[in-house]
Amino acid sequence: MDLTVLWFWIVAFFFVGYFVLDGFDFGVGMSLPFLAKDDTDRRVLINTIGPVWDLNETWVIVAGAALFAAFPEWYATLFSGFYLALLLILLALIARGVSFEYRHQRPESQWKKWFDGMIVVGSAVPALLWGVAFADIVQGVPLDAGHNYTGTLFDLLNPFALLGGLTTLLLFFTHGVVFASLKTEGELRERARRLAARSGLGTIVVAAVFLVWTGFAFGSFWFWVLAAVAALALIGGWLANARGAERVAFTMLAITIAAAVLALFASLFPDVMPASNDPANSLTIENASSSAYTLTVMSWVAVIALPLVLVYQGWTYWVFRKRVSRASVEASAH
Amino acid sequence: MNELLDPLLLARWQFGLTTVYHFLFVPLTIGLATTTAVFQTAWYRTGKAEYLRITRFFGSIFLINFAMGVVTGIVQEFQFGMNWSEYSRFVGDVFGAPLALEGLLAFFFEATFIGLWIFGWDKLPRRVHLATIWATAIGSIASAYFIIAANAFMQNPVGYQMNVERGRAELVDIGALLANPVALAAFPHTIAASFMVAAGLIISAAAWHLARNQHLDTMRPALKFGLWVMVGSGILTTLFGDQLSLAMVATQPMKMAAAEATYNTVCGADASFSLFTLGTPDGSSELFSIRVPYLLSFLSTHTFDGCVEGINDLQAQYQELYGPGDYAPIIWVTYWAFRWMIGLGLAHVFVAVVGLWVTRKGRMPKQAWIWKVAIWSFPLSLGAMIVGWIFTEMGRQPWIVFSLLPTESAVSPNVTGLEVLISLVAFTVVYGALAIVEVRLVLRAIRKGPPDVGEPDPETGRHEPATTVY
Repeated sequence: MDLTVLWFWIVAFFFVGYFVLDGFDFGVGMSLPFLAKDDTDRRVLINTIGPVWDLNETWVIVAGAALFAAFPEWYATLFSGFYLALLLILLALIARGVSFEYRHQRPESQWKKWFDGMIVVGSAVPALLWGVAFADIVQGVPLDAGHNYTGTLFDLLNPFALLGGLTTLLLFFTHGVVFASLKTEGELRERARRLAARSGLGTIVVAAVFLVWTGFAFGSFWFWVLAAVAALALIGGWLANARGAERVAFTMLAITIAAAVLALFASLFPDVMPASNDPANSLTIENASSSAYTLTVMSWVAVIALPLVLVYQGWTYWVFRKRVSRASVEASAH
Repeated sequence: MNELLDPLLLARWQFGLTTVYHFLFVPLTIGLATTTAVFQTAWYRTGKAEYLRITRFFGSIFLINFAMGVVTGIVQEFQFGMNWSEYSRFVGDVFGAPLALEGLLAFFFEATFIGLWIFGWDKLPRRVHLATIWATAIGSIASAYFIIAANAFMQNPVGYQMNVERGRAELVDIGALLANPVALAAFPHTIAASFMVAAGLIISAAAWHLARNQHLDTMRPALKFGLWVMVGSGILTTLFGDQLSLAMVATQPMKMAAAEATYNTVCGADASFSLFTLGTPDGSSELFSIRVPYLLSFLSTHTFDGCVEGINDLQAQYQELYGPGDYAPIIWVTYWAFRWMIGLGLAHVFVAVVGLWVTRKGRMPKQAWIWKVAIWSFPLSLGAMIVGWIFTEMGRQPWIVFSLLPTESAVSPNVTGLEVLISLVAFTVVYGALAIVEVRLVLRAIRKGPPDVGEPDPETGRHEPATTVY
C-alpha cells in the first residue's frame, strides 16, 4: 500500500483516539452543572476522569505531531489558517487542565467555584470548536496557490460548520454523561442515565441532520457506510442507556464517534484540505505529504509503538475500572 | 503602529515567552520525577516513614507543576504550525519525525504512568506502583531527548537533503538526525541541569523548614540529598556544557563569538574570557573588563594556543556564502546570558559544597543568612536554566535553521499582526495569572510540610498510603 494512504488513516486513527477518549472527559467536564448536586458529586465526577484525562489529552499531541511529520503542508495550512479558533482551543485546554489539579488545593468554596467554571467552559469550547474545524476541513476553505488560508475566523463559522460543532458538542456531552453513569453509584448514576436519555435524543436529531447534509454535499460510498454505522451505533447506545446497560451504551457511543470521524476522513480522501475557491489549490495526500523515507521510518515506529501504547493504556483503564463512590471521595477531604 | 503589528516580531516574542514559560515546568518535571522516584525507592527498600513522607511531600509539589507542563506543552506543538507555517512546510519532513517519535515513544508513556502513580497508591502492588514513578521519570527524560534532537537540527542541520523542486529539506538519515553531535552534548547537559533545578527546589524547601527548626526528621535527609545531587549534577552540567561548547564552535562559530563578544579573531593568550565587561551601549567597544587569558581558547578548542574566530570575520565569510545580510545575533543578549548561565551554575555548585561542609556530621548551622542563601537555590537554578536556553536560541539568530532558513522567512504569511497580538496578549494574561496561582500553591505546599502518614499497619509493619483523589 502507498505510505501516504497508510498515514492518512493513521492520522485518522489518532483523531479517532483523541475524540473517543477526550470526548468523554469533555462530556464529564460539561456535565458538572447538570449532574452534580453538591461538592461531593462534583468531586466524584472529576475523579471518574482524574487518572486518565492527561493520557486522553496526549492523543491530540500525538495526532498533531503525526500530522506535522507525515503531512507537513496539511499541518502548516490547517494550523496557520485556523489560527484564532486553535488559540481558543488552546486557552480552553489550559484552563481545564490546570483546574483539575488546582481545584482541590484549597478548601474555600469560591476557589472551587472558579475552577469548576473553568472545567465546564474549558471542556465545552474544544468540544464545539473541534467539530467546527473538522466540518470546515471537509467542506473546504479558500486557499491560495501557496496553500495559505485566505479567509477569516468568521468564514469558519458558517452554518454547516456550526452544525458540525453542535454535533460534536452534543455527542461528547452524551458520551461523557454515559461514562459518568458507568463510573458512579446511586443517585448520581441514576441522574446521569436520565440525562443521557434526554441529551441522547437531541444528539440523534442533530447528528442525523449533520451526517445527511455532509453526505449529500461531500459524501462518497464509504462515507455513507461509516455514517450508517455511526447512526446505528448512536441509536443502539441510546437504547442501551434506556435499558440501563451502561457498558454497552458507552461502547456504542465510542463506536459512534469513531465511525463519524472515519466517515469525515473518508469523505475527504484523497484530499486532505480541499480548496473551496479553486480545486487546483487543494491539498491532497500527495502534495501535502512527507517523503517516502520519512514515512517509512515513521511507519516502523508506529507499528512497533502503537500496540504497546494500546496495551499500557488499556491496562490503566483496567486498574481504574471501579466505580467512584461518594464515600471514597468523602474519606479524603480537602 | 506598523512596528507594533509586525507579525514577525510579535510571533518571535510569543514563541520566546511561551517557550520560556513552558520550560519553567519541564526541568522541574524531569528532575522531580526522578528524585521522587529515588525517595520512593528508599521507602520501598527500608519501610521508613520519613522516606514515605518525603516522597509524598515532593510528589505533591511535582504534581502542581506537572499539569502546567502538560498544558503549556500543547501550545508549543501547535505554535509551529500556527505562527511558523513556512518553517513547518520547510522542515516538516525532517523536524516532524522526532516530534512524532516523542509523542509515540515517550509522551504517551509519561502521561499514562503519571496517572497510575498519582491515583494508584492503594490500587497497585507496592512494587508496581514504584515502577510507575520510574516509568514517568524515564518517559520524561526520553521525551527531552527527542525534543533536543529536533532542536539540534535547527542549530546544526544534519541527516537531510534539499529537495529543490518542493523547496524543502527532506530527511535522508534518521540515525544522523538522532545522533546529531549537538544533541548528544545538549541532551546530557540539559538533563544534568534539570537535576540541578530539582535539587534547588529540594534544598530551598528543606532549608525553609530547617531555618525554622521544624520537620528535622524529614528535611535533614532531604537537604543532604539535595546538596549531593546539586554537586553531582552541577559537575556533570559543567562537563557536558564543555562538550557542548566544542560542538558549538565546530558548528556555529558565530554563536561562540557572540557569547564572548569577540569581534576580531583572537589566538592563544589573547583569546581571553571576560568575566565582566562594561562597554558602550551597543557593545562594540569596551570601557572596562576583567579577563582571564587563554580561557576562551581552552573553552573553544581545549588547547591554550587555539584561535577563536571573531564576529567580523565570520560576518564577512557568511556574506560570501549566504549573500548580503547581518549574520550576528544580538550580542549583548548572548554575552550576558552566557555569563549568567555559567555564573549561576557554578555559584550553585559552590554553595552546595559549602552547604555540605556546614552540615557535616549532623551539624545544623545557626546563622540565619546561611539558610537565606539556601532558600534562593531554587529560583536561581531555574534562572540559570532559562538564561542557558535564551543564549542557545538567541545565539542561533538570525537563522531559524542555521544556514538553511532565516527566521524572517519562516513566519506564517497569512496570520496578521493583529491576530498574533491577540494571541500574545491572551497568552501573557493567562500565563501571568496562572503564574501567580502556581507560585502561591507551591509556596503553600512547601509551608504545609511533609504530610502525616499515620501509624504503620500492625501486621505488615508497613505504612498503607492513603488513596489519592482530586
